[in-house]
Amino acid sequence: MRGLFYVLTAMAVMGLAVWAYQENYKTQAAIAEVRELHGQIGAAHERISMLRAEWAYLNRPDRLVDLADLNFDRLGLLPLMPDAFGAVDQIIYPLPPILPITNPIELSYDQLKAMENDL
Amino acid sequence: MSRIPLRPLARILNARAKGENPDAIEAENRARRHEAMADKQRQRAEGRLLVLGLAFFCAFGVIGMRMGTLASSVPEEPRASAVGNPIIGQRSDIVDRNGRILATNLQTHSLYAHPRDMLDPANAAKELAQIFPELDEAELLKDFQSDRRFLWIRRQISPEQMQAVHDIGSPGLLFGPREMRLYPNGPVASHILGGASYGREGVASAEVIGVAGVERQFDSYLRDPANEGAPLQLSLDLTVQAAAEQVLAGGMSIMNAKGAASVLMDIHTGEIISMVSLPDFDPNNRPRVLTTGDQSDSPLFNRAVQGVYELGSVFKIFTTAQAMELGLVNANTMIDTQGPLTWGRFRIRDFRDYGPELSTTDVIVDSSNIGTARIAMQIGAERQRAFLDSLGFLEPTPLEMIEAPTGRPLLPANWSEISTMTVSYGHGLSSSPVHLAAGYASLLNGGTRVTPTLLRQTTPEQGPRVVSEAVSAASRSMLRQVVTRGTASFGEVEGYAVGGKTGTADKPRAAGGGYYDDKVISTFASIFPANDPQYVLIVTLDEPSENSGVEPRRTAGWTAVPVAAEMIRRTAPLLGLRPQVDRPEPVGVTLTSN
Repeated sequence: MRGLFYVLTAMAVMGLAVWAYQENYKTQAAIAEVRELHGQIGAAHERISMLRAEWAYLNRPDRLVDLADLNFDRLGLLPLMPDAFGAVDQIIYPLPPILPITNPIELSYDQLKAMENDL
Repeated sequence: MSRIPLRPLARILNARAKGENPDAIEAENRARRHEAMADKQRQRAEGRLLVLGLAFFCAFGVIGMRMGTLASSVPEEPRASAVGNPIIGQRSDIVDRNGRILATNLQTHSLYAHPRDMLDPANAAKELAQIFPELDEAELLKDFQSDRRFLWIRRQISPEQMQAVHDIGSPGLLFGPREMRLYPNGPVASHILGGASYGREGVASAEVIGVAGVERQFDSYLRDPANEGAPLQLSLDLTVQAAAEQVLAGGMSIMNAKGAASVLMDIHTGEIISMVSLPDFDPNNRPRVLTTGDQSDSPLFNRAVQGVYELGSVFKIFTTAQAMELGLVNANTMIDTQGPLTWGRFRIRDFRDYGPELSTTDVIVDSSNIGTARIAMQIGAERQRAFLDSLGFLEPTPLEMIEAPTGRPLLPANWSEISTMTVSYGHGLSSSPVHLAAGYASLLNGGTRVTPTLLRQTTPEQGPRVVSEAVSAASRSMLRQVVTRGTASFGEVEGYAVGGKTGTADKPRAAGGGYYDDKVISTFASIFPANDPQYVLIVTLDEPSENSGVEPRRTAGWTAVPVAAEMIRRTAPLLGLRPQVDRPEPVGVTLTSN
């Protein structure tokens, strides 16, 4: 009985040692991965901040004014003035959809012309 | 283990035979047995002591070694902990109220030299001088050939320059990472941002510190890693600021002014939406502080905050508002404006004669010095001082800038009756445009005190009451009439119901003794829309002169007012203010009810 107890204890110690050994290596691997990820996050932050700085630099008001002037022919951009505001009732209602023509009538070209003139 | 009997029979019998005492044998054996037991126990105790000693030795040894390694090793960030973000260690950005970047960081490189590692110093100096035209080849060579071990060449270089230096191929030229503060918008909002420079510098990194403006004021906040890179949000609006600077720069050149300032403030929260001071500078390349001459001539000088000027007639509205608040007059009370008003050796005149009397409203509309002075005499020095104090005119503005305390108002040394009279129309008391903006906001937003701030606010400020709602409304109506039928007729902007007051103050001579005849500070202090005030705009021009007529015109009505009107026309739509349009009644439709 005693001998069995000793054997079991020794095996438990060996088992725990193996487990601790593995955990140690897993932890080290995780720490290395975290370090690498931190490095990547840091690089990403740096890149984002660089891109944000570039975005801000390219969108600086002086440059936008110059670009608007340069491309005035094409875009016709003007500074926002009070007359740019409109009222809601200046917007027309959406046109009612044209109903499908179910029984078309044959018309000669002349008649069509005449009707258009009437309109 | 055999146990020796205490009384072995053989020896006892032997002893008895010889007639000896057999007890002696027992005693001897007992003593021997005790001795053996004591020996065994001592041995065991010694063994235990040894083990214990070893254990203690190991424990103390481990602790000692750990302390030794902690003391001698380089500190290292805990890598396994998941708390916080160790990455963002750089200075925080500064953004405007909509999150657009005003200041950020850029990774660049610094260039330094180890002259002892150089193989060909002459060639390196020559090539460097070609890459950086501002470096002197002979001087560089002298440095390279001296016995110095280390030499800074450039604090920050661009990637192209770095590649060019790399191509020289000298092992003595080395690069270090360097963080640079970048203001992507150039001179926009330069006075507010201030600028940054390097503190302690090392090869691997350098400390970026703010030198002026909010960069300096919030230096510890911006550098605090606990913020994890959260930006500092200002109340400025980048678009409005840029538009205001453009309009003001144009106005300054048309009006031939040597300087100009404008402040646009939210009337309810005290947020500074835009603050311009011209001439300005590029904070990326901050000019040096003037060592001689007048600091106010430097582009670094912030006229809106640091510049204290006698702002002139814009102060009249404070006098009439206080008189109405005290119940001394109402908007229609007739005030004696017979001139000139003589007090001792002083004579107070009006720009022109306005007849024997004017109503309080017309005193403001026509800007009568005499009428205002007479109202101020009814108020008295003590009450006037207390009222201006309640509007913040006696202290520097609490603006969050390092320069703000230098904008200390200049007050009359002795607040006598004549001071009361001159202060009532804005002479004898110098204050900054920001003071004026805060005063107008406090008076006209319904009558509660507003403190100017550069930080984004979310709720209207609930300051102490300065004047009643009714007085505030009456003052707004007077200011509106100044624009519709008074001195600021150029200030009308269709749809925005501008109300405001002009002020033209002669500049005091720098050497003391009186005022210049041909140098003025012209100011227009305005609110818009007057019926539902949202914003306060102050425009100040330094020494303007409008030369389109026969003789130069310098009054604010001709100089500051048109500039302010253009600024409102440009900025109000950007602020999202719809113009108020009078819609004609629909023709042929009669409203009825049953």
